[in-house]
Amino acid sequence: MLLLIEIWIEIILNIIIAIFLLSGAFFLLSSSIGVIRFPDVYTRLHATTKAATLGISGLLIGAFLFMYIQHHIVSGKLLLAIVFTLITSPVAGHMISRAAHRIGVKPVTKNRTDEYEKAIQKQKQHQK
Amino acid sequence: MTFQIVINLIIAVMWMFLSESYTVSSLITGYILGVLLLLLLNRFIPDTFYLRRIFKIAGLIVLFIKELISSNFSIVKLAYKKNPEFEPGIFALPTELTSNWEITLLANLISLTPGTLSVAVSHDNTHLYIHAMNIDDIDETIGSIKNTFEKAIMEVTR
Repeated sequence: MLLLIEIWIEIILNIIIAIFLLSGAFFLLSSSIGVIRFPDVYTRLHATTKAATLGISGLLIGAFLFMYIQHHIVSGKLLLAIVFTLITSPVAGHMISRAAHRIGVKPVTKNRTDEYEKAIQKQKQHQK
Repeated sequence: MTFQIVINLIIAVMWMFLSESYTVSSLITGYILGVLLLLLLNRFIPDTFYLRRIFKIAGLIVLFIKELISSNFSIVKLAYKKNPEFEPGIFALPTELTSNWEITLLANLISLTPGTLSVAVSHDNTHLYIHAMNIDDIDETIGSIKNTFEKAIMEVTR
């Protein structure tokens, strides 16, 4: 009886690990599909900064649980990697989009709503 | 805040020496006792109780994770739609936050929330320029950012 319960617990833990790994992989896949399908730099950055963070964290949490349950190793590196992706990926998105705007990539818009462009123009006029 | 943490650690170490068992568990017991003492003597010590601030930081982290997950679902939905209909654009968000640290935190939080990506900060630190997936409901977005994130950050830092 006790053995049966242990086997069931083992199966359920494996299912939880599988859910984490599969959802992480799914989010990474859909973020890359988004990169292909969206029209310009800024909308593509939406896909990479958001979906990729959750995808990577899901994969790393799955790996952490696997290491802990199967090998009884608490891997601090995996947890640190999650924290660092959460901190750095929005910074990367911010920097890439700002650099793109500085080079002169126009965002795809219908009504040309670009407040940042207007602010830069205003400042240039002010300097003259 | 630092003063209270130092006092709490001193109480914990003192408890360890008084009970003459130099283990981690007695240190933790002393720390919990110190928290209780600080809570009891709260009105005689400058500043508010420091654990309250730590709870607020934890609340901010929970909010961050919640927004991250909801933003992921919205972006996944858009990625698989047959004809993705959205109207991107860049809008300006006036902010009341002043220090560099606060603005960095706000820009990072905005980048990871549904439909928004921070593009730049104005030179005088008063406006954030944000790229939005749907420019139609800007007012709603500005309102929600001001009500949730700015409030939460202000509660932690001030």
